[in-house]
Parts: sequence; structure tokens; C-alpha cells
Amino acid sequence: MTDKRVGMEVSIAAAEAVKLARAEAIAAYPITPQTHIVEHLSELVADGELDAEFVPVESEHSALSVCAGTSAAGARTYTSTSAQGLELMHEILFIVAGMRLPIVMSVANRALSAPLSIWNDHSDVMACRDCGWIQIFTENGQEVFDQTICAFRIAEDPRVLNPTMVNLDGFTLSHVVEPHLLASQEMVDQFLPPYNAVNRLHPDRPVTMGAFGMPEVYAEARKAQDMALRDSYPVIREVWEEWGKLTGRHYQPMETYRMEGAKMALLTMGSFSEVAMEAVDRLREKGIALGLLKLRLWRPFPFDAIRKSMKGLEMLIVMDRAISTGGIGGPVCSEIRAALYQQAKRPKVVSFIAGLGGRDVPPEHFEEMVHEAMKLKARKKQEEFYTIGIRG
Amino acid sequence: VEERKVAKPIDQFTWKDIPLGCVVAEAGNAREYKTGDWKSQRPVVDTSKCIKCGVCWLFCPDAAIYKNEEGYFLANLDYCKGCGICARECWTGCITMVEEEK
Repeated sequence: MTDKRVGMEVSIAAAEAVKLARAEAIAAYPITPQTHIVEHLSELVADGELDAEFVPVESEHSALSVCAGTSAAGARTYTSTSAQGLELMHEILFIVAGMRLPIVMSVANRALSAPLSIWNDHSDVMACRDCGWIQIFTENGQEVFDQTICAFRIAEDPRVLNPTMVNLDGFTLSHVVEPHLLASQEMVDQFLPPYNAVNRLHPDRPVTMGAFGMPEVYAEARKAQDMALRDSYPVIREVWEEWGKLTGRHYQPMETYRMEGAKMALLTMGSFSEVAMEAVDRLREKGIALGLLKLRLWRPFPFDAIRKSMKGLEMLIVMDRAISTGGIGGPVCSEIRAALYQQAKRPKVVSFIAGLGGRDVPPEHFEEMVHEAMKLKARKKQEEFYTIGIRG
Repeated sequence: VEERKVAKPIDQFTWKDIPLGCVVAEAGNAREYKTGDWKSQRPVVDTSKCIKCGVCWLFCPDAAIYKNEEGYFLANLDYCKGCGICARECWTGCITMVEEEK
């Protein structure tokens, strides 16, 4: 482990993590909505610093299709995308998950068109919620670096074998220069053994992958996939624990900030957690018993960690950065509410949608959410969700 | 055609029996899935007109046509889906598609 902080763009740090993980195959669509992650990886491969097959393709559908092939052949496989690119991959996202191919992908989360937007929110990943991938969220550049390395270890664990997605906020993380504690090659090699595929496409031992599942067996196959994704939960925690021992940087499915004695809590995912912490500090100074819950693991959904973190809470305020139009509003809040429905004792849950398409959410907006939620306490009727920072 | 059997019929697999990623590790077991019952027509060969050229064998999209001991090309009805390509391509017109009757 190195103790020296290195200033670099978060996308470059993600690429350096992929290099340290010794990725063997990378396929990516090389222009927008792409980030500097694969641009830097292509340079590392061209300069001979990373011994990998780099395949620039004509679309994200092809990018993930190439990844399906290289992963099926037994190579440690990586790709990265964003926004419309993730949606163009949509079909293949489900295929590689069903085939249990341990591909690792960084997603620089951005808004979806129309109107055309290149800015940050969580619309892209929320549209892929049920694709069967392990889905991890990050708050800052250090977390992106750490989680990218951990993602390979999680995905390729023989007890898991599932594609894994590391979400980082587009621009607010992907294009920002931050200080990072990098890791040495020796340490990463020790943490991450070479990928040893259980099944691989090889002429000496032919197998069929991606075969047809008739009605007599499709449902069993889907149940097996669902159980496998749920069963990855203890392994994810184990991998994070080991990474924590090596680096001193500890990760949990649900992380907390100033939750001691909290009666109210904000819940966020991604980089806005850092802004929410500022709002929590300000309101704590004013005597409001407020804390912050930061949801790191989106799939598998950490039901137990969510329920445990509700202890003593009277009010939970969930901020979503995507909108389920014409439906429940905030997808994260909807799932949190569903997870708490069976609980005899549960907090009142209020849904706020903010920060769409690159709209800033300053600490004042988090404070406003808290004040609005406090007013709602007295009211009988509550809307499905509320918005903050939207005019009119 | 050599007959092979899977460990148990697919409709008796529990979810725990599903191999990792639904991989089919045994080569050639598609032959256990007899798709011939999909067809509504079957090819009938008039061997008096057949010149044993094998064009039907070449065109069959399901490799369901085999050569018998006398050198005639016939469809294995366990796999023939009754698409009629053989009848269409046959040079001498010796193949007729006949309605399947129950």
C-alpha cells in the first residue's frame, strides 16, 4: 500500500485500478457518451503498460457483446459506459447476467434523453435495475478506485460469478480531479488472484453457452439466477472486509453518518452524500437529531442492513436522482418503503426527487427537504413524492 | 443415430439442478430434443424419381435428412420440422409435402 495521495481525474484513477487488476480484455465504444476511463486504458494498452486485448467497437451493444465473448473464453473482462450507452447495452446486460459472466463495468451515471443531456443523475442505472448485475454506488474518487478492484474480486469469486457494475456520478466524479491513495501492484496481486473460469469456450472441451430454455425450465433458471445474486451478499461483505484490512478503508452495504440518537435521517446514493453530510452538520448544530444513511449496495438489495439502520428513526427522507414517470416517482424510495412494509415499527418515509440532469443540489436543498418533511408530520395526506429545486 | 439420455428429463430439474449460467456441458445433446412434432406437413419421397443427388440433404436447415442403405435421401421425422425446403429444391420433384394427420 502506498501512503502518498495522488491527484488525478477520477476516470483516470478508475483506469489505473483496471490496470492494477490486470484486465485481459476490454471492449468499448470509444466516443461520447464514453468517459476518459477507456481512453486512458487504450493508451495503457498501446504503450505496453497493460497486456490486454483492447477492442474499440461501433456501439455499446457490440461492446458488451464482445465482452460476453471474451469473458466466456475465460479472460478477465472490463468495459465502461454511460447514459444512452448503457441503454444501448440493455439487451446484453441481461444476457451476460443470465450466463453468469463475471464482467466488470464502470457506469458514469448520467441523464437520459430527451431532452438531450450529458449531465449527471441516476436515470440510466435505474432503467437497468433488474438486469441481474451486482450494482455498487460510490461517493468519491477513492471509493471508485477501491470498488473497481473489489468488483473484479467479487464478480469472479467462484461462489458469485456474476457481472458487477460500479456506478460513479458522471462529471461530478468522472471528470473531477481528486486525491487518491493508489495501491501497489503487489498488494492488488495478493488481493486478486488470476481469473480461473469454471466454464470456458475451448475446443478441447466444447460447451454450449446461452442455450435455449423451454417453458419447462426457464422459470427454474431464473430462480437459480435470483438465488445466486442474493447469495453474493455475504461474499461482497467478506471481500470489502478483506480490502478494509489491507487498506484501512472499510465499506458496508449501508453506511451511516452521525446516526447516534437520530430521530430523522436522510438517505442518499452516490456523490451527493458528501453534500448531505454538510447539511446534516448544519442541522445538528441547530439541535435537530438528524443523521445520514448512504446506500452503497443497490443489488443485491441489502434488506437486513436497511431494516437495522431504521432503529429509533421516526422519519426517513429518501432522495432519488431519477424519476419513474407516471409511477412511484423515486425508485430508491419505493424499494426502501417496500423493504419496511413488513416491519411492525417503521419510520414515516418521505420521497424527494432532486438533482435531475445535472441540476445542483446544494446543502440548502437538503435542509429544505428536512424542513418540508417535518411539516408533513402534522399532515394526514402525503403525496407519493415531492421535488426540490424544480421551478413552479 | 445413437440414443443418449440426460440424467433426468428437463421438466424434472429443480432450480438447484440448473448448471452455472445454464451451460450445456455435454456436446450434441440437442438430438434428445425431438423437434419433429412441430411439423404440420411431412416430406414423402418417390424413390422411383429420386436420382440420389443429395441436394435435399444439402439444403435441409436442420440436418434432418440422412442417406439410407440404398443411397436414397430421407427425412428423419423425429427432427424434420416440415419446412418444405427439400421439396422446393429437389431437382426432379420427387419430394411431396403431405399434411400430417392425427
